[in-house]
Amino acid sequence: MSERIAPAELSDPAAVINPTNFTGMTPLIEVKNLVKRFDDLVAVDDLSFTVYPADVYGFLGQNGAGKSTSIRMLLSLIKPTSGEISLFGMDLQKHRFEILRRVGAVIERPDLYKYLSAIDNLSIFARMSGIRPGRKQLMEQLEMVGLAERADGKVRTYSQGMKQRLGIAVALVHDPDLVILDEPTNGLDPQGIADMRNLILRLSREMGKTVLVSSHLLSEIEQVATRMIIIDKGRKMVEGGVAELFKPSNSRIHIKVEQPGRAWQLLQQSEWKPFMEQGPDGELIVIMSPDKVPALASELVQQGVGLLSIRSANSLEEYFLSLTSGKQHVASFKH
Amino acid sequence: MWPLLSIELYKIFSRPRTYISFAAIGAIVVLILLAFYVDGNNYMDFGLQSISQTFDIRGKVLNGYLVCYIILQTLLIHVPLLIALVAGDQVAGEANMGTLRLLITKPVSRTRLLLAKFAASVVYTLGLLVWMAFLSLLVSVIIFGTGDLMILKSEEVVLLDKADVLWRYFAAFGFAAIAMTTVAALAFLLSIYAENSIGPIVSTMSVIIVFTILSTLDIPIFNAIKPYLFTTHMIGWKGFFDSPVSWEPVVESALILVLHIVALLGVSIFVFNRKDILS
Repeated sequence: MSERIAPAELSDPAAVINPTNFTGMTPLIEVKNLVKRFDDLVAVDDLSFTVYPADVYGFLGQNGAGKSTSIRMLLSLIKPTSGEISLFGMDLQKHRFEILRRVGAVIERPDLYKYLSAIDNLSIFARMSGIRPGRKQLMEQLEMVGLAERADGKVRTYSQGMKQRLGIAVALVHDPDLVILDEPTNGLDPQGIADMRNLILRLSREMGKTVLVSSHLLSEIEQVATRMIIIDKGRKMVEGGVAELFKPSNSRIHIKVEQPGRAWQLLQQSEWKPFMEQGPDGELIVIMSPDKVPALASELVQQGVGLLSIRSANSLEEYFLSLTSGKQHVASFKH
Repeated sequence: MWPLLSIELYKIFSRPRTYISFAAIGAIVVLILLAFYVDGNNYMDFGLQSISQTFDIRGKVLNGYLVCYIILQTLLIHVPLLIALVAGDQVAGEANMGTLRLLITKPVSRTRLLLAKFAASVVYTLGLLVWMAFLSLLVSVIIFGTGDLMILKSEEVVLLDKADVLWRYFAAFGFAAIAMTTVAALAFLLSIYAENSIGPIVSTMSVIIVFTILSTLDIPIFNAIKPYLFTTHMIGWKGFFDSPVSWEPVVESALILVLHIVALLGVSIFVFNRKDILS
């Protein structure tokens, strides 16, 4: 815990933790049929999901999809209209204190007392969590997020990135088992985003924490999460292991050619037929592994079809893009 | 409870704005003392003009006790604003800063958190009153000395022996503490509904101003509602300067104010426990 976090070598998170082998494992978070209504607005609609120990669980959705409302219900900030939430095998309503002792969170912005120093903020929230660490332990915590040198500086003088790191230190000060980070990269510069990504991976791999991280950026979730959920309008659209959801066989290859009609006819008579779709503006879409693209391109060229462009997109990415652009009824996710 | 209260007190007394109230009271008291020191006798001559033709007034009328009474009468109208500045900020200020959501995710019940915050507001209120008592009573007595206290009321002149005055001030400050805690409880309740502290501060002062006007206007239609307005009872401290003290209305006013505090705090806890934290 006290060891300073150095930039991690990023690799496929799924290579470290098998995200699919949870047989017999007790869920760390279990949400069933969660509903939250604000008057006529249904913010969360019959949402169910499961987070297992050691997961880095990505909570993905466009702005306003219901991510923050769901996270606030997990942290007892908002009372659900209906549904069940259990953490560590305990009902949240009945065992709130026991559960919150084991949870650390940064919710949306890392807002802290600006008129106090970093170490004062840390001390206050440590005591609120039921522990009373000395200055040495607090300094170790600040050292871990690279803020030891500014420990006595007022938070109002901190940059956004420094506030975010201090927010993480506050979330971790009582050594929680579960860390919930709501949009942790918001407002950060590219270096800050990379640091945050490394920190999340360290939390999982070196400290053994379970992490639930929300984002509206698929790429962010893809790089750190072992399992993920996509929600839209408060409803679950997809849930599963990241490695599975992003597997290459799900890639959609977009092909633009000089004679789209002829190319479509040719491919309809070929082995590619079952995997073909017609895209907009005469674009051809083939669902296949990217390593088969050269063979397909070669076949088209041999038939005298001029290639204009070939673009590969993961079907999950397209699906998410369709959600964020409001075309979710047009696109369908094939998994 | 003490760890939570100590945290809340630390937060209150770490903010420069907290000391604005202490500085404001200090400045007003010093100015009044200075004015009386320089021009007090002229003020007394003017004040006693109406009764000096009927009565032969001898002795040191301008003394520390009288100056303290005048300061109390002047300041207790304005102190509610200073109380609302801090009490109205207790929950709304946290919501505005964004720290409320972090506090609620800690393993502390909302009721205990709220009680700690209210207790901290009460400590601040008492601190402000002790500061006011120190300046207005102690410093006045040091500068002007002691003497019999003569108070001009609308229908009578009350003359209190100097040996019979000091306990009345302690009782009056005790009563003022209850009255100001009522203001703190009102600002505290309004603070729960708001997401920045301006709203509860302005609302508290608006309620006090409107209620005070209704309490003081001598119009029959308002007389019926006066007993139900807490502002009517906030000036009950003056009852300690009657001779003899009319205990019944003083105690009744104190009890009504205590009931207001309990009710306002009860509603605050009820509302806060059911509130969705969206800030």
